[in-house]
Amino acid sequence: MSPWAVYALSGVAMFSVGLVGLFSHQHVVKRILAANIAGSGVLLVLVALARRVPTGVPDPVPHALVLTGIVVSVSATALAVALARRMARLQAQKAHSPEREPVSDGERS
Amino acid sequence: MMDGLLDATLAICLPLLAWLVLRTEALSQAVVLFVAFGLFSALGWARLDAPDIALVEAAVGTGLTGALLMHTLSWTEEDSSDVRARARRRPWALLCTVALTALLGWAVLALPVDSQGLGPLIAARQEDSGVEHPVTAVLLNFRGYDTLLEIAVLLVAALGARAVNPRSERPDKEAMEDPLTGELFRMMTPALLLVAGYLVWVGDHGPGGAFQAGAILAGGGVVAILTARMGTPRMSSARVRWALLTGPLMFILVAVAPLVSGGRLLEYPPKHAGTLIFVVEAALTVSIAMVLLMFFPGTRPPRALPEEKP
Repeated sequence: MSPWAVYALSGVAMFSVGLVGLFSHQHVVKRILAANIAGSGVLLVLVALARRVPTGVPDPVPHALVLTGIVVSVSATALAVALARRMARLQAQKAHSPEREPVSDGERS
Repeated sequence: MMDGLLDATLAICLPLLAWLVLRTEALSQAVVLFVAFGLFSALGWARLDAPDIALVEAAVGTGLTGALLMHTLSWTEEDSSDVRARARRRPWALLCTVALTALLGWAVLALPVDSQGLGPLIAARQEDSGVEHPVTAVLLNFRGYDTLLEIAVLLVAALGARAVNPRSERPDKEAMEDPLTGELFRMMTPALLLVAGYLVWVGDHGPGGAFQAGAILAGGGVVAILTARMGTPRMSSARVRWALLTGPLMFILVAVAPLVSGGRLLEYPPKHAGTLIFVVEAALTVSIAMVLLMFFPGTRPPRALPEEKP
């Protein structure tokens, strides 16, 4: 089996693990991790397919696409983490609200 | 033979690590495993002749995402209902994974073994692009739209992250007085600046460029925030706003300029293309570093509330 096929299959397996993990987990951070893993799998398949050229010089277009993809996935992760953090803070506020005045921001100390 | 062994080991380790990340019950372990997973995929990309992507993955995908996810540990609870839910669903999850892998693997292997791709086209027009490295040529010349819009995505994500959690946190007193981390940062700074500058410069003829350099600068910034050498940048500061906008504005200016002289959007004059790409890359480096730094929420864990659970 040629190297590109090995990595493409590996990427496919990563994508499957990530996608199934995304649906079977309830914890929000685990879901973010699962989405990231699935994304890495897709990118690995793309880069592996760029290696199919007989000349040995890989196709630069998928490489550029994957570079963009990594940066976009990092921004998506950052946004997801920020939203999750906000959720956690609102839940903590709700849990504490019967005893004291609701504080506008959980980080006040 | 050795190469094949290395490839096979990496290819098996990657899904295995991914599975471990999702299987591990402790979140802290999962995050550390995820960082290891990212480094392994950087190795995989290096094996696939994609050094640009390996660099970005190691710096952005693993370093900064890892730091962001580590920060989540300070405010999330290790939820037990999650663990229970997973235990219940294990049989079908495994079945689904295997079935999906088989189906997609069959689809991928059904593709033609030899494909020229767009490589020859790029090689034929490489002269016109103004740079010698094909990936940089695609990123900033042939597919300039993608990169321009990618910067917009980055800006929107940074704005969103800050809008959701507007208040930046105060630095930690302990970190400020820790002599070791402070010394580490002092020794690191010149090397960081040198590497970032080198990566911008090398971008036109080798693996490197604005994203790699920006990520390395942002990594230095994160260390600076963690060791309290620098406050978390605030959106209200004019300097931060300018740093965020330098790259996009410069890129838009360069993209729109040909319209005045009757050209098309993003159509650089071949004579000056190299210089223009370098200027855009340098400006983008500043903005990307700032955006990535804006993602990082700060040092103080917000769960340090007065009433801790007994």
